[in-house]
Amino acid sequence: MLLIPCPWCGPRSQIEFTYGGDATLERPANDAGEEAWYRYVYLRDNPRGPHDEFWLHSAGCRSWFRVRRDTRTHDILGSAAMGAGWNGAPR
Amino acid sequence: MANNAGRSAQPAAPVLKYSIFSLARNALSRHQGWPAAWRSPTPRKRYDAVIIGGGGHGLATAYYLAREHGMRDIAVLEKGWLGGGNTGRNTTIVRSNYHLDPNAHFYEFSLKLWESLSHELNFNVMYSARGVLNLVHSPADIDAAMRRGNAMRLNGIDAEYLTRDEIARRIPNLDCGGESRFPILGGLLQPRGGTVRHDAVAWGYARAADGLGVDILQQCEVTGLRIEGGAVTGVDTSLGHIATPKVGIAVAGHSGHVAAMAGLKLPIESHVLQAMVSEPVKPVLDTVVTSGAVHFYISQSDKGELVMGGDLDFYNSYAQRGNLPIVEHVTAACLALFPSFGRLRLMRTWGGIMDMTMDGSPIIGKLPVSGLYMTGGWCYGGFKATPASGWLHAYTIAHDAPHALNAAFTLERFREGAMIDEKGAGPYAWAH
Repeated sequence: MLLIPCPWCGPRSQIEFTYGGDATLERPANDAGEEAWYRYVYLRDNPRGPHDEFWLHSAGCRSWFRVRRDTRTHDILGSAAMGAGWNGAPR
Repeated sequence: MANNAGRSAQPAAPVLKYSIFSLARNALSRHQGWPAAWRSPTPRKRYDAVIIGGGGHGLATAYYLAREHGMRDIAVLEKGWLGGGNTGRNTTIVRSNYHLDPNAHFYEFSLKLWESLSHELNFNVMYSARGVLNLVHSPADIDAAMRRGNAMRLNGIDAEYLTRDEIARRIPNLDCGGESRFPILGGLLQPRGGTVRHDAVAWGYARAADGLGVDILQQCEVTGLRIEGGAVTGVDTSLGHIATPKVGIAVAGHSGHVAAMAGLKLPIESHVLQAMVSEPVKPVLDTVVTSGAVHFYISQSDKGELVMGGDLDFYNSYAQRGNLPIVEHVTAACLALFPSFGRLRLMRTWGGIMDMTMDGSPIIGKLPVSGLYMTGGWCYGGFKATPASGWLHAYTIAHDAPHALNAAFTLERFREGAMIDEKGAGPYAWAH
């Protein structure tokens, strides 16, 4: 069972959360061209190891935030509110 | 161990044909005289083709390269043991009940290969055409099942719509009453669908490929791909460098990891899919039953275990194990459909790592490096694809061009917008 540290509600069971995928992707400008959009929409680093990802506390505070999690072990290495640094540090 | 270092492509020792006579002969010597089913050769410095991945797909690729295309100088590299990845972790279901033409034609080709595979390989893969039944629970489900069934029939694939009463007669322990949360209204049956003994697929292809001279190298992990002037020249492995002009990647779950060795990024995320079995009981279920509404599938193995599975865990993972919420979901779905299974105990659960592509369909073809090919991106559907995947991967490697049956399953389709999205779920890897 994942114990996911919501930046607002603290550690909560994974059943309260919805996964949102890779949080390292940066949305290209609307006129960035097909190649940039292709890479953003379809291609993924898909790392074996630490992975920054979005989660939504859907059965809690309804906030989106980021989690850093090791995809080999499921160990959670930290979390961050949108726009904030990891584990409460300023960005 | 024989030293194969200077050996040019030469067939291995003839394979002992398995038959009632060889069984009787070996019974007289208390089964102490059976030869090993395949060799454990020493890697050579060069091969005409190297296949990465010693699961069903990689071994089938090597077998069909040797059998259909006359290549003999082939190595299969496996980092662990044969069939130790997803070939040994699936729920053994085979079917071809797809709606879109490329998927329908591909999986039907695969099902036809399954039907004759035991004879082809002289190895009993225990193909059991017990039927795959997709339950429907709502009027919209009925429409979708009718539409898919008609599409299947137009593609020459068997499909029958069963009413609730027909299902209740056929599967008496299924709760077909009207009181359940998702009442059963009917179902789409593919009679030729069924199950295959998954480990036997890896072993059968390995033995047959070895008999045609293919070197199967276990505990040999690929650590790098050598590329010069845009073309593959070899692979670096834990057992040293191996030169080769053609490399086929068949490592689904880890396709992105190996492709990254060639500097490629794929439209794939790796996710964990769990499966589980109950304790073994006497025969209680002679059909594969699935439900899209509760996302659940179940069959009974020949050992008597009820084999079941459901959704992904829904987060990127390479861990080959999942978490309890999905186990709870799967068992709850099981009891909703089969209340009488409530007294059974769960015996084992495990996880396998899926290549989840952005449209839910596989990638079988050339990669943008000369001499580099892949078969992967299987999402949930890899096991049933094994023979066709190997056959078409081998064809593509031998001809350096895809066959008509895998021409649509390119890597480039994502750039071109030519998705093969069976569910119309969009570019969310875990939604397929």
